Amino acid sequence: MLQVEVWRGTDRGRFQSFAVPRREHQTILDVVTEIQREQDATLAYRFACRVGMCGSCAMVVNGRPRWTCRTRVSDVVGDDNRLRLEPLHNFAVVKDLAVEMTRFFDKWRDAEGSFQSARTRDDDFAIVPPSSPRRQAADAGIECIGCGVCYSACDVVSWDASYLGPAALNRTWTLVNDVRDAAGAARLDAVAGDNGCHSCHVHMSCTTFCPKGLGPTYAIAGLKRAVTARALTGRTG
Amino acid sequence: MTAALFIAQRATAVVLAFAVTIHLATIVYAARGGLTAAEILARTRGNGWFLALYLVFVAAVAIHAPIGLRTIVREWSAWRGRSLDLAVAGFGALLLAMGMGAALVLFLA
Repeated sequence: MLQVEVWRGTDRGRFQSFAVPRREHQTILDVVTEIQREQDATLAYRFACRVGMCGSCAMVVNGRPRWTCRTRVSDVVGDDNRLRLEPLHNFAVVKDLAVEMTRFFDKWRDAEGSFQSARTRDDDFAIVPPSSPRRQAADAGIECIGCGVCYSACDVVSWDASYLGPAALNRTWTLVNDVRDAAGAARLDAVAGDNGCHSCHVHMSCTTFCPKGLGPTYAIAGLKRAVTARALTGRTG
Repeated sequence: MTAALFIAQRATAVVLAFAVTIHLATIVYAARGGLTAAEILARTRGNGWFLALYLVFVAAVAIHAPIGLRTIVREWSAWRGRSLDLAVAGFGALLLAMGMGAALVLFLA
């Protein structure tokens, strides 16, 4: 049997213990779902796709932020069979394991994280060679699923709630490297302030814990170079 | 940290890397060589190279340290805004005045 401690409450609360049968190939999300369906229907948590695409099921598992649908119990539970589940850190808690992600995504907006096109529907398709350096730099971070694991792991976010965070900055870096994008200087300006890329301490927690294996630290380093170059030369690319 | 502060802090870090190395090497030389205070003062008095080095050193410190202090304060407290900027600027001015004063005293001693 697994001895599972689950956070109950909001930002204030307590851990509640559950005993859950251990099964072969069981994921953390399976454990949470079994508790909610078999033992306590009031347990709140969030999931959708169950296959690592939607980014909604992230939680802190035994002290580390993870995507729970793709994390097997056998990978995180030792011989003591103990499991501790908490909501993601650095987010306000809605209830139990479900967090409020509005501010997280507002920061994507604040970091100019939306594509800005200078083309019209009358223009032909842009041709972007996949092997070009800028497309490869964009591709390196494009698979982000917005799960919030990096944001939960980030020390700077925990110290300074205004910091844009690794996910938003990673998104910005993919757009800076998108040759079709027209935001240019405005996007770099958006990440050049006290809450922007230069506040990163390069602890690399985001890169360590990203379930997709992305490297937001390197994206932020790229932004630092681009913003610094713009400040020194006035050029954006 | 803004881009301007980032550049200022990194640029002064480069200066400090050299200045601190020379500073520590000089201390080790003076201490291990058994120089007396009078002998040290005899070397610093009227020494333009000494004064130039330490004025650059002090100026770099006076820029570098307040920027770092500002970041630490922002991360470890709720203090933000113009009052914080003025406070760390004042701290930098204090470092500059004290450091330049010390270098000048040894130059003019």
